[in-house]
Amino acid sequence: MTSASSLYGLIAEFADEHTLVDAVRRARADGYRNLDAYAPFSVEGLSDALGFRKDRVALLTLLGGIVGGTGVYFLQWYTAVIDYPINAGGRPLHSWPAFIPATFEMTVLGAALAAFFGMLILNGLPRLNHPIFNAPDFDLASRNRFFLCIEAADPRFDATLTRRFLHELDPLKVGEVPR
Amino acid sequence: MSLVATNSGKPLRESALPVLKGGYSYASISDKISDIVLTRPTHWGWVVGFTLCSVLTLLLVGAMSYLFYKGVGIWGVNVPIAWAFALTNFVWWVGIGHAGTFISAFLLLLRQKWRTSINRFAEAMTIFAVAMAGLMPILHLGRPWFFYWLIPYPDIMNVWPQWRSPLVWDIFAIGTYIIVSILFWYMGLIPDLATLRDRASSRAKQIVYGLGALGWRGEARQWRRFDTAYLLMAGLATPLVISVHSVVSLDFSIGNTPGWHSTIFPPYFVAGALFSGFAMALTISIPLRAIFGLKDFITLRHLDNIGKIMLVCGLIVAYSYLMEIFMAFYSGDEFDQYMILNRMRGPYAPIYWIVILFNVVLPQSLWFKRIRLSVGTLFVLSIVVNIGMWLERFMIIVTSLHRDFLPSSWDMFYPTFWDWAILIGSLGAFGWLFLMFVRFLPAISISEMRKLVLEKKEGEA
Repeated sequence: MTSASSLYGLIAEFADEHTLVDAVRRARADGYRNLDAYAPFSVEGLSDALGFRKDRVALLTLLGGIVGGTGVYFLQWYTAVIDYPINAGGRPLHSWPAFIPATFEMTVLGAALAAFFGMLILNGLPRLNHPIFNAPDFDLASRNRFFLCIEAADPRFDATLTRRFLHELDPLKVGEVPR
Repeated sequence: MSLVATNSGKPLRESALPVLKGGYSYASISDKISDIVLTRPTHWGWVVGFTLCSVLTLLLVGAMSYLFYKGVGIWGVNVPIAWAFALTNFVWWVGIGHAGTFISAFLLLLRQKWRTSINRFAEAMTIFAVAMAGLMPILHLGRPWFFYWLIPYPDIMNVWPQWRSPLVWDIFAIGTYIIVSILFWYMGLIPDLATLRDRASSRAKQIVYGLGALGWRGEARQWRRFDTAYLLMAGLATPLVISVHSVVSLDFSIGNTPGWHSTIFPPYFVAGALFSGFAMALTISIPLRAIFGLKDFITLRHLDNIGKIMLVCGLIVAYSYLMEIFMAFYSGDEFDQYMILNRMRGPYAPIYWIVILFNVVLPQSLWFKRIRLSVGTLFVLSIVVNIGMWLERFMIIVTSLHRDFLPSSWDMFYPTFWDWAILIGSLGAFGWLFLMFVRFLPAISISEMRKLVLEKKEGEA
């Protein structure tokens, strides 16, 4: 048996998504908070069961779009009116309709970059390694198995009691995740 | 049982033409798709295609090198026809890219389940097609090494781009399009690269795919953010794709050349883009499903649906052809009228009539379900439409330029060997990139297919 300090947590392996969502709900009801649930695809209701509500990706995307759009509009205005004014057939220097295409494109680009990199950064990626990869059978988490890990950092964590609790959740097996 | 039209929101029902053939579990569907990359021996069809495409890619590299050495004079272009093959190729390749984004983004927003098994390679098609498209405007510049002057940056010449020029809009549209397409495609790949990392047997593969997967763990919170970001990217990519070909069409319609100066151009070009793009999706998916044994995933249902979309886009294109003729005579503009009559009866008349035959007449066969379910006929038809749409762009560009306002400056365009080398070479390079993609990356989204298995299971229960 691994000593408590070198233990990342205890992990239970499940055969399908329903059992995992149920297990997460019961663990939350039992007072556990440092939980991680792993699935090979996006399971509906799983993040809600974990009590995870605000992912903030949408907010970042909105900000990215605003920065991209206003930034390039300002650049067009500054270059066409202040820094490099050219009289093209008597058209106004600030000819805003002609500035719309670049503004639109850069709004989309800013928002898309923010969505992509925001998702990665909030997810803590890229990351070269993580203790969870030490878990037994964890290579199946990207194939057909579903996992629930209760971290040793959880205040209610107790190597014996938590193990017994996980066994009650109808898992295929329960294992240890060394650090 | 008749066709299930759409399955919007509801679980999949079993129909005569299922989106996914039965009997798959999470494990077997993961193994089947990842084994194409990890364990399956290379198919002879792939080797033959790869050899051919490699040769053609070398032709492109050679033609480009000679072009850079000698200049655009090696092509048949001259005043008044300064734009010909390069711009035709550009518009055609961008258009092909659009179907990929349409499949992966727009059909996602509409919750069309059948997009799941074709979105990945359709997105790859987009990226490679836009890469080919992006080459063309650079190649046709007199001094291609200065192409970056289109990008606004504080240079020592104190010069800024002219924001009122559609060519500047173009670099913003195409640049944004290729970056967003790559991000969207790569984001979808992350969970699948994690699957390949976990299933790879050799250390080298584990490291390469593992680095690509960026440490993806499939944790519920990661999935949640991933879903939000993916949906937002789809929502962003959908108007983007419309804007890109609209901007491409403005390259022409902002000019006052008869045959270009028309407000119908943006929707006309977008419909044409989707038309040729879906044709290319068929040209690619039909051999792909045969060579890699993917008939359970890319089913007749997909071919049938693509056929229907092609029919709709083809009808919009036909309407635009009709409106061009109508507006020329309704406007009373004699130059526009002459342009239309010259297309029909002038020296390029055969091209006009081939365009009508290939893009308007022959696609009408798609009204018949028997044609849409006949794989061989669809394949031939998809190539016919690809050729037809290339010729349409050639017609728009060349017949408009070759006889404009002043008869003293009229002239003809004849392509040279180097014009053809760039076109055929770009086809080869596109095929080369695509074949590399299907060999080293999962051509079908594994994580989304697992979800499809779940929905099918729930639909049956």
